[in-house]
Amino acid sequence: MKKVYSRPKSLKRNPFHYCPGCGHSVIHRLIAEVIDEMDLQDKAIGIPPPGCSVFAHHYFDVDMAESAHGREAAVATGIKRAFPEAFVFTYQGDGDLAAIGTAETIHAANRGEKMTAIFINNAVYGMTGGQMAPTTLSSMKTTTTPYGRDVEIEGYPIKISEMLALTRGAVYIERTAVNSPANIRKTKKAIRKAFQSQLDNLGFSLVEILSPCPTNWRMEPLESWRWIDEVMAVEFPLGVIKDVTGSKDAD
Amino acid sequence: MSGNSIIGEAAIRAGCQCYFGYPITPQNELTEYMAAHLGRRKGCSFVQAESELAAINMVYGASLVGARTMTSSSSPGISLKQEGISYLAASQLPAVIVNMSRGGPGLGSISAAQSDYFQATRGGGHGDYRTIVLAPSSGQELADFTHRAFELADKYQIPVIILGDGMLGQMMEPVEFKHEAPEKPPVRSNALRGAKGRPSRAITTFTSKPTELEEINWSLFRRYQLIQRRETTYEAFMAEDAKLMVVAFGVAARIAKGAIKNVQAEGLKVGMLRPITLWPFPSAQVTSLSNKVKQFLVFEMNMGQMIEDVQLALTGNGDVSFYGRPGGVIPTPSEVAKVISRIYYQKGLK
Amino acid sequence: MLIKTVFAGFGGQGVLSMGLNLAQAAMLEGKNVTYLPSYGAEVRGGTANCTVAISDEEIASPVASAPEYVVAMNKPSLVRFQNQLESGGILFVNSSLIEADISRGDINLVEVPANDIAKKLGSPKSANMVMLGAFTRKSNLVSLSTLIEALEDTLKKKKKVLEVNKKALEAGYSYFK
Repeated sequence: MKKVYSRPKSLKRNPFHYCPGCGHSVIHRLIAEVIDEMDLQDKAIGIPPPGCSVFAHHYFDVDMAESAHGREAAVATGIKRAFPEAFVFTYQGDGDLAAIGTAETIHAANRGEKMTAIFINNAVYGMTGGQMAPTTLSSMKTTTTPYGRDVEIEGYPIKISEMLALTRGAVYIERTAVNSPANIRKTKKAIRKAFQSQLDNLGFSLVEILSPCPTNWRMEPLESWRWIDEVMAVEFPLGVIKDVTGSKDAD
Repeated sequence: MSGNSIIGEAAIRAGCQCYFGYPITPQNELTEYMAAHLGRRKGCSFVQAESELAAINMVYGASLVGARTMTSSSSPGISLKQEGISYLAASQLPAVIVNMSRGGPGLGSISAAQSDYFQATRGGGHGDYRTIVLAPSSGQELADFTHRAFELADKYQIPVIILGDGMLGQMMEPVEFKHEAPEKPPVRSNALRGAKGRPSRAITTFTSKPTELEEINWSLFRRYQLIQRRETTYEAFMAEDAKLMVVAFGVAARIAKGAIKNVQAEGLKVGMLRPITLWPFPSAQVTSLSNKVKQFLVFEMNMGQMIEDVQLALTGNGDVSFYGRPGGVIPTPSEVAKVISRIYYQKGLK
Repeated sequence: MLIKTVFAGFGGQGVLSMGLNLAQAAMLEGKNVTYLPSYGAEVRGGTANCTVAISDEEIASPVASAPEYVVAMNKPSLVRFQNQLESGGILFVNSSLIEADISRGDINLVEVPANDIAKKLGSPKSANMVMLGAFTRKSNLVSLSTLIEALEDTLKKKKKVLEVNKKALEAGYSYFK
């Protein structure tokens, strides 16, 4: 019998603790697959955030170091400046990257730090219990917008990827989703391309991934997949936002 | 060389590989010195960060991968750095943080002050931790203590704070550097540099089990006890037959020394204890002094912070007076001499 | 013996380099010395000052509340520092720019037309070095030759500027016989 599917080498043998239907598990696996395929396991340093994925080091079999909330890009900067041979990826949520860590992220991108940010956008603060995120959609209910996000009071869902694309140091930015087999494949391709741009020393790269959070969205997993297509991707359109890597698509 | 530049040169000679900073008066000459002299050294890096928060977290990143690394700021900026210092302490990562302090609270003044004693010696950020705090009082000590700071940080895997002030930073004094810069900056042996030839590792402090964190706290505490036993340093000045002991640190100690020479000339028996490590504080020395001396005068350029450590060390076995000038006012030796002699006579020592 | 000197003037008059050169020279002569510039929100055209303390012993404070010497290169400096001068101290005044109206009877006045001398030398910018030369002659804190040595140290890459400054120092020094 032929083995067609197995656990990536750079994923540990620990079962994921994430909620049913959560996007983290899928994204972890995609990253691990790309690390394996690009042979990065022994030079990678991952920076997970405080948040649901704070225990990412239980799953990734690569060196990892915790960061303070929002400071991943600064930590990555320190690592790359002291040890440029390292391959560094941050793993950050929307509150982390697009609220408390906005300054660190924008300036790391603008300096063209050779790092990759994997940006999980699920429109909500997951670990703290479903509060409003900067990416929460207009009129979406969260525990701190119990009557729905009122843009007059709480402002608009922030499009951080589009903002980052304006920085000269950012070379590759793509928004994908993990709500269908096709989109999952596209996400993996985007991660690979972002990683490659770092290996080629081109500059800052980021993959924004629309990721379901059925628990805090109060939905069934399948419903949450559909909601990404029907609602979220309307506000946050999928696709390449910036690509100045000059590389050709493999397929 | 200005005090700030002295620290920069001494840091480079101590093998500092990465410096991350953000401009703030009165420490800008240090940032500028590193920009001019560290940034272009082979394998070294200088980054002007977007904020103090970013700078200290860059330090954290560079320390993770084993580099000798430093940041510097002045009081308001050091407040911002506390988050990162707490993480460094928790992760047991070495780093050197320079505070050329100024008057506070708030934006305060840019003049020299010592009002960050509590912040420096009590950890400063959240959680149960300590940092080693060195308090230089001259240009030469800025050089020597900077070197020592890097050594201590590596030896105990701990953030070390150099607590100076605006005057030390701006002042120029002759200085002799005792070390040559290493050709290649050193890399710490337990650095996180990718899982090559070894299992992957994670540097984390977060745990869902309180007992695990308690164990981390205990292990930190045991290391702090070791540091207290081994690294406490102080200077005793004319302490032998003193009837009144002045306790002062940093620039205040320097001013007090001048004052003591004045009153000695008038026949008053006054000595001084100068804590060099503010943490660990030389409590045992204060305690043993109190067997001979009963009168103490704590002199600080603040409203009275180190005095609490003196009182704790004395536990009532001695009488403590205080003289302080906060806000960035720099008292003169003759002003302090007047205070010393007033207290000397008031307490019936002559 | 502890002697403190305040150099003060407009930003751009070179008062900080006067102090720096004196401090450097004192260091070369093996004395204890501190140099403390005023710092902060300084602007070109505003006032600048620095304090140099020279002593045979350890220097307690680099700050001068009552300096032995004050060198005033402009009017605002004269107004600000003449009252701080130690009784019996010397006030050096740049008489090219200031009419020295002195209200105190317990201090000595030394007038040096620094800008005029510098102009005659063909280097109006070197008024500060003229003044430093004259100051050195009167104060005897360091010798002229170490002062020149210190200058050579700081300006080793700028031969032209060094020559101009050297001449200015000597002219100031020989202004008083």
